[in-house]
Amino acid sequence: MSALQEISLNIRNMKQLEYSVLARRTNQIKDELKKGVKKSYREVIDVSWGDPHRAGVKPLSFVRQVLAACIYPQLMDGDKLMVDVKQRAQMLLRACPGGSVGSYCATAGVPEIVERVSEYITRRDGGVPSHPENIYISSGSQWALTNILKVLVNSEASPRTGVLTPVPCHSTTILSLMALGAEVVPYYLREEQGWALDVEELQRAWGSAKEVCNPVGLYVINPGNPAGYVQSRKSMQEVIRFAAEKRLFLLADEVYQDCVFGEETEFVSYKRALAEMGSPLSDTVELASFHTTSKGLMGECGLRAGYVELVNLDPAVMKHIYSLFSADSCAPVLGQFALDVMTNPPQPGDPSYPLYMKETQHIRTSVAENVRRVEEVINSLPGFSCQPVEGGAFAFPRVFLPPKAIETAKELGMKPDTFYCMRLLEEAGVLSSPGSEYGQQEGTYHIRFCIMTPSEIMEEILRRLSTFHKRFMNEFS
Amino acid sequence: MNHGTSLLWKRRALSSLSSTRRGLPKEKMSENGMMSRPKVLTIDTINPTVKKVEYAVRGPIVQRAVELERELSEGMKKPFAEVIKANIGDAHAMGQQPITFFRQVLALCSYPELLSDSSFPEDAKSRACRILNSCGGNSMGAYSASQGIDSVRQDVARYIERRDGGVPCDPDNIYLTTGASDGIVTMLKLLVCGEGATRTGVMISIPQYPLYSAALAELGAVQINYYLNEEKCWSLDIDELQRALNEARLYCNPRALCIINPGNPTGQVQTRECIEDVIRFAAKERLFLMADEVYQDNVYAEGCQFHSFKKVLFEMGPEYSETVELASFHSTSKCYMGECGFRGGYMEIINMDDDVKAQLTKLLSVRLCSPVPGQALMDLVVNPPQPGEPSYERFIKERTATLSALAEKAKLTEQVLNTVDGISCNPVQGAMYSFPRITIPEKAIQEAKKLGQQPDMFYCMKMLEETGICLVPGSGFGQKEGTYHFRMTILPPTDKLKILLNSVKEFHQRFTQQYS
Repeated sequence: MSALQEISLNIRNMKQLEYSVLARRTNQIKDELKKGVKKSYREVIDVSWGDPHRAGVKPLSFVRQVLAACIYPQLMDGDKLMVDVKQRAQMLLRACPGGSVGSYCATAGVPEIVERVSEYITRRDGGVPSHPENIYISSGSQWALTNILKVLVNSEASPRTGVLTPVPCHSTTILSLMALGAEVVPYYLREEQGWALDVEELQRAWGSAKEVCNPVGLYVINPGNPAGYVQSRKSMQEVIRFAAEKRLFLLADEVYQDCVFGEETEFVSYKRALAEMGSPLSDTVELASFHTTSKGLMGECGLRAGYVELVNLDPAVMKHIYSLFSADSCAPVLGQFALDVMTNPPQPGDPSYPLYMKETQHIRTSVAENVRRVEEVINSLPGFSCQPVEGGAFAFPRVFLPPKAIETAKELGMKPDTFYCMRLLEEAGVLSSPGSEYGQQEGTYHIRFCIMTPSEIMEEILRRLSTFHKRFMNEFS
Repeated sequence: MNHGTSLLWKRRALSSLSSTRRGLPKEKMSENGMMSRPKVLTIDTINPTVKKVEYAVRGPIVQRAVELERELSEGMKKPFAEVIKANIGDAHAMGQQPITFFRQVLALCSYPELLSDSSFPEDAKSRACRILNSCGGNSMGAYSASQGIDSVRQDVARYIERRDGGVPCDPDNIYLTTGASDGIVTMLKLLVCGEGATRTGVMISIPQYPLYSAALAELGAVQINYYLNEEKCWSLDIDELQRALNEARLYCNPRALCIINPGNPTGQVQTRECIEDVIRFAAKERLFLMADEVYQDNVYAEGCQFHSFKKVLFEMGPEYSETVELASFHSTSKCYMGECGFRGGYMEIINMDDDVKAQLTKLLSVRLCSPVPGQALMDLVVNPPQPGEPSYERFIKERTATLSALAEKAKLTEQVLNTVDGISCNPVQGAMYSFPRITIPEKAIQEAKKLGQQPDMFYCMKMLEETGICLVPGSGFGQKEGTYHFRMTILPPTDKLKILLNSVKEFHQRFTQQYS
């Protein structure tokens, strides 16, 4: 018998992802296709992750040229690379001990890069000052989030620490909270109002939470994941006032801030909204906001770089946060370099600017077109409806599953929307993920798929999805 | 050194300084005269285990070193021309050169347009293509599966089989992690449970690499210290393991035994017999074995050889190889690669229950995946150029040069330090550090106590101020009560190392005089 039969209860309680059963089947299908088994499709289109490169979007040339030059500086001899690529690579290498990407760096990140990130934040927020000593670069934003949660969540305490989280919410944060022994307190977003965040709902959630735990944190995702909303300033102000009134630590997951569509929509950071509300809120509400290189136009998920900016935290607490991060050594240096490029892209006049503009424009236009097409197609199909996708990387349409389908799913021991996704995979070769992965109102079903793909791929997805959906609804009518 | 860098450090250092001056944050009047409430997160309300986390390698002495760098760059006069960070096992920072082949392949992976560049050798190009084909969208920017890229795990498994003379390795037991540290912490998270007398206890060597103590503190696990024998070149005594375990059983539930081989900070390379003894002990006492083997290529002393725990386990026959649960860890940060900044690593898990593996998978998914460039680099480390391939000769030349330089520096360090009265250094058999024992005069100990400092921290701080050399005091790693040490890396280039060692010698003599 294993010495490890006893595992932390918190870990046991972490839910098994629906994704794993779909991923397993996907691998099998890929093998079958390789062996020549005939299917109605030649390849599986994987849009189950918020992973633009996996979905076919190309990396931006400038950042990759800079990375290559930093990894192998001999590339900078001669004229192979543009002047601005070389200058950036040289600047970044000078900032590293021994001039190598292979060195460790300071705990919170390469100091020059941290300074530049803080300048970027100040520009983004229309001048609201950002201080480098409040910023930690980490191996992806979830790593930083976990560290902040470690400080917040007292797993020994009774009652347990509670963190209010939205429904729907991407699963990684929920798993993190469970692993730490926190109580996840759900607050439901209003689907019929474009997934709006209702303060009354926050109040209800908080009130019910008080019975079972000690609510300490309020986690918001803006722009949303999986639901593609972008919060209005007014809504954000309500959230801030609520956090102040109930004495909640505000955790703002803003990793999709560069993925905003539609001419009317604007991303405002929680930091900016907070600052604009003035004293006393602006210098008392404690806030952690998270960003990353994984999303947006760069989509560099695999490089693992994100950051957290901490606002209004107690200096004594900051000291312990530093110790926590220091035991992780530091974030991957290449990822940090990508972060530098993200926050300081080529400017007009730079030799690399024309290509950079061309590539980013292309991605922007394709994704905007994808959004338009997704809403158009899905809303035209019976039993399918999609709220406007204002931001983020996903569509999260609602599927009105017929009772027969729900029953069949139950007989197979599957969640109804997992059943739908499995069939979509088998019959149409599209890998998406079920709404049950993220939480949803009881009796409703959704699927999530990434919309940051090349346009041709999105057309193909929509073609396959339409065909499949009509057939499925027919079969179970 | 960049002004910005040091300014940032100063702000961070000052912000924590002022908190100690202020004591607990009090309610304060805000600008409009309203009483503002105390913060949600204060010293009293944060997770109490977080307050116990310390990591000496990046601790207060390093913060002071960075301040000194700033002062130097601003033209302040110091008794030294530069600050030398001999505190951290960072080879490239000290001038070690990367392996050309690895950097070529990684550059090709980053910017595949370079595949048409004739200045890159063919074998680098084919490696790059193979790696890119295993990445989503043929890009290192795509997430990989949480367990790591399939083809890389397979290559790691084959490497382990070759290394261990044919002992089979299942790729399914390989997990690619963000440096070895990530794997170690994840395993500890998995193991720690229970309350009070059933709280998980984890045995760690004293002295130890402080990641272990930090992780155990944060998890609220019980740290069970077993002392390595300094008189016998830091060897591991089974009797001492037994003593530590028996005592610990009275107040916790010991479930794991951690061992670092080659050792950090101590540099000892365990004999095969010792490894067998440890395995027998773990089997008998039903302990999960965690073997930190990140320095496996850093073996210098004659007569010493690296034996992997996995290999020895299997050679001991099915009684052990089918029952003892083992996790072994490796990394791209050390050995001859020194690529710390890539955060590449793997762990191999033996004899773990399927049920427990499922729990491990859940835990790993929270990280999403480890950095893909680090996974790609690990693939190259386990799959280096072979005889006959264009890059082979250069690769061997570079690897040999790096490892023999390290061996030379290990020997030099031991020699010079042992010429100093009051410093006694065990042979640096492996890894990247010396951990000499220092005699601190009683007067200095008293002085240190007055300042509320550990005597060896006091010593190291003085050394830093007077010579610019930044070391880590032994108290950061753990040591027998009443003994003092420091950890110094052997990484600076030989010429610089000679000067360094001399400065240390002179400082020690001065210090001893001053406090006699």
